Amino acid sequence: MDIKNPIGVRQPRETEQPDRDQLETLAAQVRADCVRAVHHAQGGHLGGPLSCADILVALYFRVLDIRPDEPDWAERDRFIMSKGHSSIAWYSTLAARGYFPRQELLTFDAIDSRLQGHPDMSRLPGLDMSTGSLGQGLSPGLGMALGAKLLGQDWHTWVLLGDGECQEGQIWEAAFVAARYKLDNLTAILDFNRLQQYGWPGDTIKHRTPPWDPDPSVMEAKWRAFGWYVIQIDGHDTHQILDACEQAQAHKGQPTIIIASTVKGKGVSFMSEAYEWHAKVPTPEELEQALSELGQTGNGIKDGA
Amino acid sequence: MALEVIDAKQEALRVVFGETLSEMVEQFPNILLLDGDLANSTRADIFAERCPDKFLQMGIAEQNMMGAAAGLATLGFIPFISTFAAFAVKRAADQVRVVIAQPNLNVKITGGYSGLLTGKTGKTHQSVEDIAVMRAMPHMTVVVPADGPELRQVLRAACEHSGPMYIRLTRDPSPVIFDENYNFVLGKAVVLREGSDVAIISTGVQTTRALQAAAILEQEGISVHLLHVPTIKPLDEEAIVEAARRTGRVVTAEDHSIIGGLGGAVAETLSERHPTLIKRVGWQDTFGESGPDDALLEKYGLTPHHVAQAVRELLRR
Repeated sequence: MDIKNPIGVRQPRETEQPDRDQLETLAAQVRADCVRAVHHAQGGHLGGPLSCADILVALYFRVLDIRPDEPDWAERDRFIMSKGHSSIAWYSTLAARGYFPRQELLTFDAIDSRLQGHPDMSRLPGLDMSTGSLGQGLSPGLGMALGAKLLGQDWHTWVLLGDGECQEGQIWEAAFVAARYKLDNLTAILDFNRLQQYGWPGDTIKHRTPPWDPDPSVMEAKWRAFGWYVIQIDGHDTHQILDACEQAQAHKGQPTIIIASTVKGKGVSFMSEAYEWHAKVPTPEELEQALSELGQTGNGIKDGA
Repeated sequence: MALEVIDAKQEALRVVFGETLSEMVEQFPNILLLDGDLANSTRADIFAERCPDKFLQMGIAEQNMMGAAAGLATLGFIPFISTFAAFAVKRAADQVRVVIAQPNLNVKITGGYSGLLTGKTGKTHQSVEDIAVMRAMPHMTVVVPADGPELRQVLRAACEHSGPMYIRLTRDPSPVIFDENYNFVLGKAVVLREGSDVAIISTGVQTTRALQAAAILEQEGISVHLLHVPTIKPLDEEAIVEAARRTGRVVTAEDHSIIGGLGGAVAETLSERHPTLIKRVGWQDTFGESGPDDALLEKYGLTPHHVAQAVRELLRR
């Protein structure tokens, strides 16, 4: 196949966009809603959702060209959450962005809910792909980006990866194929939080080590070797996230990966850098403390629109 | 409808696949063909040469290929996956399940080189359990054509049907049994001979051998009712129950494990709806090996004589 339609540069949108302070407030709300929803459901993941909240908020409020009231708009930017176990962060961001009422977050994981434990595109409009079995999200993103080129359309595809799932071979299958097709309309963002569910044995059984060398430059070398343009950022710095997304969209001739160094459980002291909070339900006391640390009190979901 | 098998014209399903799909792009311009670097074996190369703009090489990476097809399907393309059945169904089973079957996306998976006759490649390449795996997967339609004329219609039906579909293909030339009057209907079985002593229910190219078995048995005075079941899922249960009701004895025949394939499906149906004595002809819970076609069919029990012998044994019970 010969790709004849290079991607043009999109015109900036005219709608008013939240500034950096507002994005940080929204990210705190998203984190709080994750904790509230998991507490309400008495089940779900927290470490991963908290580590990617700033990235999701920046994407949905400043980067993605989307229409929350028309989620199937054909020329929207696509977003896939490959690390599907962080679904509650995606749902909380979609609710904040107006895809559905925040109250629905309290149906997370409930029977008949649209908010399944792992994202199910056949249930909830706005999800561009179903995920949950790790390592699978980059490939459909590649298919979408390739399809956009075949259609001569200029929207962009974004895929959020976890570093743990990069242990799956399929990620690297997708990496070489995307580079081979020069898919510069595809950007992966790596939530590089350096922890996974249980992790690799360290000095003692209590000491768990990350899957990779914690130095992001080692991860960067892998993606460069596979033909990707790599940007390294602090994944909790909204300014750096927005700047990197802009660079990724402007970079031509190869796909981009943004390696975003993050803290698993970010925003809640006792969840931060603690592998046991990968999937754990907070007690009522822990819920109160978490909400307090996030500057959010009370049941914001029930009160919120 | 069904012609004589002896001295019939031969066609390889893989060639019919490559030719037909390239002829179909005019009617279905959204067709894309994704190849797992086997195009000159699966004969996807015929399509690649005639429709280069719709051919996507995906390399030796089947798991990614399934995901890429899912992404393309969300945009309205009709992606056809082309690789060997062994790799499409087992190597990439979780990908088929999570991003194609669960979201019910319009991806057509063709499994080439299915069954025993894979060109002396041996057990890694012989797909003995692909029907069982695909049949167990919710949302998946499973079709096993018997010959070239039927496959031509199956490929058109695949494009007219929205949703995931598995189409089982074979490598070697096999007899043409259907003429221009044949009409394939998705989900419908077709009676190839009417008979009263025993029903042979078969699928795929094994139907051509079942036809030969029926001819052998007729010379012995045994009246065979032959039901060809091209769509394994959704299964034409009414036709299967009717065949059992007419004869009271059923032999199933397929180039697949006797566990979970057509034989399994027929046994499940009849034990619930019309309990009937059944004998299943197929792979007897074994992996295969490399070797010449005739020797393989003989050793693994798939010749017309094996089907006929199963009928004789069943009638003695």
